[in-house]
Amino acid sequence: MAAASNNQPLLEVRNLRVEFPTRRGTLLAVDDVSFDIAPGEVLGVVGESGAGKSLTGNAIIGLLEPPGRVAGGEIRLDGRRIDNLPYEEMRKIRGARIGAIFQDPLTSLNPLYSVGRQLVETIQTHLPLSSSQAKARAIELLKEVGIPGAEMRIDHYPHQFSGGMRQRVVIALALCAGPRLIVADEPTTALDVSIQAQIIALLKRLCREHGTAVMLVTHDMGVIAETADRVAVMYAGRVAEIGPVREVVKHAKHPYTKGLMGSIPSLGVRTEKLTQIDGAMPRLTEIPRGCAFNPRCTFKGRRCLVERPNLMPAGATRAACWLHDSGGVGAPIPKETVDA
Amino acid sequence: MPDGGADFVRIEGLKRHFDVSAPWLVRKLEGRARQVVQAVDGIDIEIAKGETFSLVGESGCGKSTVARLVVGLYPPTAGRIEFDGNDMAGRHSRSDMAALRRRMQMIFQDPFASLNPRWRVFDIIAEPIRAFGLSTGKADLEARVAALLRQVKLNPADGRKYPHEFSGGQRQRISIARALASEPEFLVCDEPTSALDVSVQAQILNLMVDLQRRLQLTYLFISHNLAVVYHISTRVGVMYLGRLVEVAPTDTLFRRPKHPYTRMLLDTIPDLEMTGRQRSPVGGEVPSPINPPSGCSFHPRCPFANDRCKAERPRALPIERGTVACHAIEEGRLPIEDRSYALNT
Repeated sequence: MAAASNNQPLLEVRNLRVEFPTRRGTLLAVDDVSFDIAPGEVLGVVGESGAGKSLTGNAIIGLLEPPGRVAGGEIRLDGRRIDNLPYEEMRKIRGARIGAIFQDPLTSLNPLYSVGRQLVETIQTHLPLSSSQAKARAIELLKEVGIPGAEMRIDHYPHQFSGGMRQRVVIALALCAGPRLIVADEPTTALDVSIQAQIIALLKRLCREHGTAVMLVTHDMGVIAETADRVAVMYAGRVAEIGPVREVVKHAKHPYTKGLMGSIPSLGVRTEKLTQIDGAMPRLTEIPRGCAFNPRCTFKGRRCLVERPNLMPAGATRAACWLHDSGGVGAPIPKETVDA
Repeated sequence: MPDGGADFVRIEGLKRHFDVSAPWLVRKLEGRARQVVQAVDGIDIEIAKGETFSLVGESGCGKSTVARLVVGLYPPTAGRIEFDGNDMAGRHSRSDMAALRRRMQMIFQDPFASLNPRWRVFDIIAEPIRAFGLSTGKADLEARVAALLRQVKLNPADGRKYPHEFSGGQRQRISIARALASEPEFLVCDEPTSALDVSVQAQILNLMVDLQRRLQLTYLFISHNLAVVYHISTRVGVMYLGRLVEVAPTDTLFRRPKHPYTRMLLDTIPDLEMTGRQRSPVGGEVPSPINPPSGCSFHPRCPFANDRCKAERPRALPIERGTVACHAIEEGRLPIEDRSYALNT
């Protein structure tokens, strides 16, 4: 499903910066990230641990852990700015307009309340329904997410559900008030492969039926390839490449994306050796000058060491790499190796 | 099993049950029965020298328990483990046993938990050398540790550091160096890359393949990631609820899967090639190993199950250089299908 051609994007993120003040100075965890999500679109956000993908998601739902803060940029939902709202107002938007699904379904449910009570509470917070109407809606939601015997299961406590079933309850909670956008942070990482496939299928079906847009944050490229319409690849707090999922998976333009795709063992061709990107992602305290990927990049040139690339058109995607800077902005840098 | 030949590691009828009952008094007061988890319920594996045998399955299928049984971290409830012709449960003198133990080592999943945070990397790697008395003196020990660090592409100077100074991938390299320190022939790797990011996972997998070639290592590789297993293994065993449902050479298993569970697992692999391949819907969840289903333990989730599957436990039958435990295959009710994952070639 291509992005809907209605001009107005549902979510606009512009030059988002997330900072963490620490004793040793301020760490820039998300650095100048911009993207849009169209209504009904699934945007995948991938990256390795520490790339800033979860923080971007948390910034959107307004749940950054206290020392972290949005230090710049704008987040707009349906054209309305939401990054500077007071806590109480944001709380109303969260849940009603933006749903959230987290990695660990056990910690996102309250163990002391039955799932029914949690659902009813959430529904009544956002919708003007009576208790019995809310309960009916809760049962309906549980049925919708595929929980067998919903009428009985509604009185059960989270520990009485298996991991996959718990994640279904969390999805039901996120859907309570019919949000336009769901931010799903590693929704399948804690689950077994067969359950993972079920949950992905469920998310896809629900979003299609409700026209809900999803920002799917994960480290698993396979999940993205299955689910997303577009994908943003993050590296060291920045978007390295963004584009239609098929293009990014098959014709990656950024050297990091290429390396990342090559390093995933594939069922297609059995290779002796996986493509390997040497080194590891830099820590936030030691992000190099210029392009953050330059110490690991085999195509780097002098310009990469000093000048930081922004996203630029590269084939069918947009990549933050000087390789794709064709004359217009500055002198293109050929494959000139700097160190031996 | 088919094709004879000397098997390097031979596992026969291996079982391990865990007692998870409530305390005695609680049981008596509340009239509860004993509860036993049949984590490993009778499996047979043969591993040839120099090959990589992988066990795959979902959490709770007993694959990690098998790993721990093989290296002797748990004693088996029943069954026998033979290593290079020696029965590991047989009577051995202390020194014979140590000599056997030296030849097998284990790499654990979590490189954050498996290294002692209070020890320097040098001491972590030197420990097996000291424990087995392999070194002739201080200079020799230092040389050995330096060589091991170099072998896993770390700097010998890193020996002075503590584990917390390293990233996850580097820590896993340290675990590998420690495992190699006693010059083993057989490595049991329990999910060695599942705590790592994909690009680091590729580095570790490449390193493991490289080391295997150079040192003629034999691997028992435990993983839940089928793509990783496809990449690294010679042969694969699929486990479900403590039993092996299918064993086959890697290519056969992935191209011509036989057991319905294997087919289902293969269907869950996200399709990176985006071939739009048809998949059968996956239903149900792994049942509790405390009360496993009767007969074939997969029957509640199996679309091909009949009455026999509910009553009779299927035996592993040889088929196409592997084995499969399935009544439907045995009776020819379930045709074997070819699957092609490669777009090209």
